[in-house]
Amino acid sequence: MSIFDYFKNTKKNTASIAKERLQVIVAHERNKRNQPDYLPALQQEILEVIRKYVNIDQEHIDVQLENNGDCSILELNVTLPD
Amino acid sequence: MAKIIVVTSGKGGVGKTTTSAAISSGLAMRGHKTAVIDFDIGLRNLDLIMNCERRVVYDFVNVINGEATLKQALIKDKRCEQLYILPASQTRDKDALTKEGVERVLNELIEHGFEYIICDSPAGIEHGAFMALYFADTAIVVSNPEVSSVRDSDRILGILQSKSRRAEQGLTVKEYLLVTRYNPGRVESGDMLGVDDVQEILSTTLLGVIPDSESVLKASNQGLPIIHDKESDAGQAYADAVARLLGEEVDHRFLSVESKGFFQRLFRRSA
Repeated sequence: MSIFDYFKNTKKNTASIAKERLQVIVAHERNKRNQPDYLPALQQEILEVIRKYVNIDQEHIDVQLENNGDCSILELNVTLPD
Repeated sequence: MAKIIVVTSGKGGVGKTTTSAAISSGLAMRGHKTAVIDFDIGLRNLDLIMNCERRVVYDFVNVINGEATLKQALIKDKRCEQLYILPASQTRDKDALTKEGVERVLNELIEHGFEYIICDSPAGIEHGAFMALYFADTAIVVSNPEVSSVRDSDRILGILQSKSRRAEQGLTVKEYLLVTRYNPGRVESGDMLGVDDVQEILSTTLLGVIPDSESVLKASNQGLPIIHDKESDAGQAYADAVARLLGEEVDHRFLSVESKGFFQRLFRRSA
């Protein structure tokens, strides 16, 4: 990296950084907001069932509900340890 | 049909009370009988912005508790014939506002022929803010072009869409975005979010853009709602916003840096 690039970088447009960060966090929070209240409890119960057979942690399980028009998809993602 | 409009934001210090004072005064100046209610229980300030702090005898909570009639508590504005202010209480009891009590006061205002009722919300998403937005059929979400304010505005929009009375009835609240403290120079140099960016993130109808202006502080110092300062860009921007609220199509102004002529540049300091 040349010295000129260094000066260029310090002048990066901060408003565009703000916009990118906001788009990510707002999308994430909207997704969470639209989920039904029972989802955390559902996730906990699924975790307990799997734990009877395989030892996994809370972070290895991910439950999401996606709405596509008139049909909803419950997505369950479990990462099993090696 | 009376309209209940909440002025809200989530974040504090973005200009809710300034906006409530300006919009309510603007509606009254256009001939509409308007009431503006301060929902910030414990931290009343609308009275100060509207220059009636020394005329407060009874407040919103007194009316809810039946300690005063609505007529006794309403303060008639000295500048606008059609404008009345209902000040907040200084009580520290946060639960002084009940859903039933607020609804009763709103209904009584409607019976008295008020066309517009402006609810000035406190900051945050606690009880007071919830009470201010619950009965609204229109919401003005005030946002500064800054990350924390925009994020909080999105939270408030989510609450309006799920927790308000209209949401419970399966209806929608008409949502407007009002961007305040806008500095076109900083937007052009890439240091401030542009109004298009804020609108894109929040995807809400734009009611207006209020430029960051020294005149706003000067007006609040004197207890003069900024819309009365017809010389100032901020005052004019609020007048435009009121016109849009009334359904008129008005172009947005003050979105770019004014190109100053040679003489204006020369005498810039003298203004």
